[in-house]
Amino acid sequence: MKITFDWLQDHLKTNLKEKHLLEQLTNIGLEVESVDSLSSDNEAFKIAKIIKTEKHPNADRLKVCDVDVGEKEFKKVVCGAANAREGLITIYAPPGATIPKTKTKLVVAKIRNVTSYGMLCSESELNLSDESDGITELSTKFEKSIGKNFFSKSKSNLIDLSITPNRPDCLGVRGIARDLAASGFGKLLELKEKKIKSITNQTLKIKINKEKNQGCTAFGSCLITNVKNTESPQWLKNKLISVGQKPISAIVDITNYVMLDINRPLHAYDADKIEKSIIVRNSNPGEKFTALDNKNYKLEKDMCVISDQKGVLGLGGIIGGIRSGTELDTKNILLESAYFEPRSIRNTSKKLNLDTDAKFRFERGIDPSSIEAGLNKAASLIKEICGGKISKIDVQKIETHKTQIVKFDTNLFEKISGFKISAKEMIKILEDLGFKCNKEKKYLKLTVPSWRPDISQEIDIVEELVRISGFDKIKIIPPIKERTKPTLTQTQKMFHFLQRAIASKGYLEAITWSFTDSNYNDYFKQTKKEIKIINPISSELGVLRSSIFSNLIMYVSKNLDRGFKDLSIFEIGPVFFGSNPGEQTTVVCGLSSGKKSRLSWIDKERDVDVFDVKRDVVQTLIEAGYNSDKFFIDDNTPNYYHPGKSGRIFLNKDKDHVAAYFGEIHPNILKKIDIKIDALIGFEIFLEHLKFSKKTLNDQKSKFTTSDFQKSERDFAFIVNKNVKAQDLINAISGVDQKLISNIKVFDVYEGENIPDNQKSIAINLTIQSSEKTLNDSDLEKINKLIIETVENKTGAKIRS
Amino acid sequence: MSDLKKIRDEFILKLKSKLDLSEINQIKSDLFGKNGLVSSQFKKIGTIVESERKKFASDLNVIKDELQNLINLKIDEVENAEINKKLDKEKIDITLPERPFVRGKIHPVSQTIDEISSIFYEIGFSVEEGPDVENEYNNFTALNTPDNHPARDMHDTFYLDEKKQKLLRTHTSPVQIRTMLKDKPPFKIIAPGRTYRSDSDQTHAPMFHQVEGLHIDKNINMGHLKGCLNYLIKEFFEVDKIKMRFRPSHFPFTEPSAEVDIGYEMKDGKIIIGEGDQWLEILGCGMVHPNVLKNVKVDPIKFQGYAFGIGIDRLAMLKYGINDLRAFFDCDYRWLNHFGFDPLDVPTNYRGLSR
Repeated sequence: MKITFDWLQDHLKTNLKEKHLLEQLTNIGLEVESVDSLSSDNEAFKIAKIIKTEKHPNADRLKVCDVDVGEKEFKKVVCGAANAREGLITIYAPPGATIPKTKTKLVVAKIRNVTSYGMLCSESELNLSDESDGITELSTKFEKSIGKNFFSKSKSNLIDLSITPNRPDCLGVRGIARDLAASGFGKLLELKEKKIKSITNQTLKIKINKEKNQGCTAFGSCLITNVKNTESPQWLKNKLISVGQKPISAIVDITNYVMLDINRPLHAYDADKIEKSIIVRNSNPGEKFTALDNKNYKLEKDMCVISDQKGVLGLGGIIGGIRSGTELDTKNILLESAYFEPRSIRNTSKKLNLDTDAKFRFERGIDPSSIEAGLNKAASLIKEICGGKISKIDVQKIETHKTQIVKFDTNLFEKISGFKISAKEMIKILEDLGFKCNKEKKYLKLTVPSWRPDISQEIDIVEELVRISGFDKIKIIPPIKERTKPTLTQTQKMFHFLQRAIASKGYLEAITWSFTDSNYNDYFKQTKKEIKIINPISSELGVLRSSIFSNLIMYVSKNLDRGFKDLSIFEIGPVFFGSNPGEQTTVVCGLSSGKKSRLSWIDKERDVDVFDVKRDVVQTLIEAGYNSDKFFIDDNTPNYYHPGKSGRIFLNKDKDHVAAYFGEIHPNILKKIDIKIDALIGFEIFLEHLKFSKKTLNDQKSKFTTSDFQKSERDFAFIVNKNVKAQDLINAISGVDQKLISNIKVFDVYEGENIPDNQKSIAINLTIQSSEKTLNDSDLEKINKLIIETVENKTGAKIRS
Repeated sequence: MSDLKKIRDEFILKLKSKLDLSEINQIKSDLFGKNGLVSSQFKKIGTIVESERKKFASDLNVIKDELQNLINLKIDEVENAEINKKLDKEKIDITLPERPFVRGKIHPVSQTIDEISSIFYEIGFSVEEGPDVENEYNNFTALNTPDNHPARDMHDTFYLDEKKQKLLRTHTSPVQIRTMLKDKPPFKIIAPGRTYRSDSDQTHAPMFHQVEGLHIDKNINMGHLKGCLNYLIKEFFEVDKIKMRFRPSHFPFTEPSAEVDIGYEMKDGKIIIGEGDQWLEILGCGMVHPNVLKNVKVDPIKFQGYAFGIGIDRLAMLKYGINDLRAFFDCDYRWLNHFGFDPLDVPTNYRGLSR
């Protein structure tokens, strides 16, 4: 909502300065978004006419225009707007002028080798509207003003307020003035309302159909005959320009003025174009009409339309139609001032994806009692400026507005706000805001003003009182440092632990979108359902991610382009397996790429490999409190991993939930996404699959025992079939006697010469020690034999001699 | 001169000369070997007349100790000299680089969440979570934002179905609903997490982070709200003084509602929080609307309290001087390295939030 201090003073008597005004507006909840001085540079902008256009010799889309700016010679201006044409009256900015929107200063510039002296401006560049499609088009009435300043001198700054959706009343200058007055910033002036005194009846029959879902409950109108539409007088033009609106013609300007002044939207029809009578009704499915934005709309069932015998004239409270629009030669006007239900307005505009100023206001709730005031004010102004004869006001109603009554217990104020104000002060504030207050025994009986649709219960009254008395009156009560519940759950603790454990292994934590490119997601989603976003910001971010890999790979690739080849990144966050709330799991997903010891003077350079990443995962799980002796690892992994160089980890041999996957990313995927990299190894740890031990850290520390009896180390080399896993050998050995055998280590794996094809040699070192005695040679020999026998029996291995 | 003295003098002289290890060992064996000079003297003890035997044995032992000590000293001396000689050859260029290491980093958003959790731990809040995909009811309707409410337009919502029943949560406030439906009052929670809105430009990202706060009990009023936020901001920015301004605003799920600004000034292109007369909006808050309490079956006559929502990314930007929101999610190695935190820097209440 844009206002000026000048305009406010039509409604408010105050001695205070603009500086105070800005503070006070913010203090009472009418947030000042920006303050712009329109006056500083606006004398530069001239009304101008395009005399001739030629195609730019070096650019298809540009034109070279000869522009009459009221000087002897025409200006040559290069312009890219499609609507730049001969005869168009528009707005010219000379070199040196600063464009209000972009704050850029114009200079004489060569555009593709043609010198351009200044520029022709769009409405949006001048902050007149959001219209950026083409340059401003002024009506032919401006013909006589060519060379004159477009903006008149204004002393008042343009104040842009952000009005919260609960305050439709403050979409009019008067509403803002009322709030300010209530807060002690001046006195609200009484409106001198000019009532229409007419003996002529409004002869056009108007009917609101009583039907289900009727969006219009009241329709007020009056006829103004024999008008002469014209340019607005300077005072009116200045008013509109001062708040960034473009003057069009008196009738349009007047309706806009009334809307901005008292938030009463009006609509003017060319009465001669209305076929017999007006019927306000629900639309029929498939009905069509052309709106004032020159677009055709196909209507659905139950949209509130204003129609005549021929069909739809307009969408009530949203937009009028071309067929009955007023033009410069319009003689007879029907002025509409109606009440449309916010719900209906919102449904219709959402379905048609149509957003207008009127819609914005009606969907927030227009004062239902302002129908006649709006007609009175606008019709009188039209008569004054355009002449003509005004009829009596006709108001059709199918519902009367119910006055809202709130019984307010004054004690509630302190209970909520924590500070006290007297009942007298409360009444003063509420009366200034337009409430009627009756003191009853235990409470105040409040009649809510008709312009406040947001107020229906006691808490709404508390808000008004806190807002106007000032939030600075609330006293700080410091929080009590006391806890009754643990701060984090076990899962949350594990989340933080894994996050920092992985980072401590050299991984950079990334946060990427929860959505991703469906092409990338396809590589990793396996049999999971694709979850599409209906309205994504771009097709590359069109689906919820089934895996974090799709995003991480994209970013590894981007970093590769930046020149970073050796990179470890991870993310901890959600992946989705369904579109219902809760169909998501938390995954720690990481990628490690490139080489280890690249360009090292001391160590040999090598590619990052699966066992680097396996270490990171296993170490993390051990650090998180899981016993690696119980881990079970196999090679059954999703198809986005290299089938031969990947594994999955279970926390125990029951294999109920996969705790983690790790492995090389499938080379086919790297090929498809065209990423050229030395190595790319990934892992995923599934937070929800990690079972938490019920033990606290304290319980987990078991009794400390050591053995001081002599220990001996033994080496074994077994020849096994290639498909036998090291884990099988280790499991077999540790199963022999867990009390005696410890520290089982694979220290060599060998294939090749001296070993038959399809077989390999695995060399294992272990420690034998008893906690009860020093083992003698024969004891050791027995264990040796047992180890060899067990391994041979269980895995088909042969001890290497 | 006795034999003993002769042996002693001769060998002391020998041991004074420059010797290598083998020469010393030769001397050792000449003296103490099986038939060494000293060893032979010990064998003689039995043959000495009784009156002189005691003195002889004592003299012999003195000489033996003296010579042995001397030999050991000599060996040490020679060995040390040899080690030193060897070490002289082993000199390396110690300025060559150490073996390479890589440092991992924690994302500033994660660090900020941990900082906030640590701050709220002190005053007894628990951390709650909710799903990223929400239903329309929890995200809007239960929060007093019915379908025809214009406030819905302020949330550019990502939808997952044509009926607009499932969506990506536009704020963390639905966690309020979930928490209150699940348990009984009092409630004292924060809920950090990802939130989504379908706008994307220099200052908006389609995904960002919020932390929700909710405190419902008997008699929790706006003074408590102010106190809580004042404490949070002071602790978070690690400053003693903070300038805060509550501005009336409107959120459908709180009433009265406010937006909170903090004071700041620019010094050398950096934002200094708590000083100066510029205002910066950092959060929205208010007293939980009675309609919301009714929706989750909490009696608004008995219970009342406050809620707030803060942009985590924004807090991180302010505290750590990060200019560009988009960069948070762009995963640039250099950026992560620069703005990330060492994983050992865990914010805790006893060691403080940061170094």
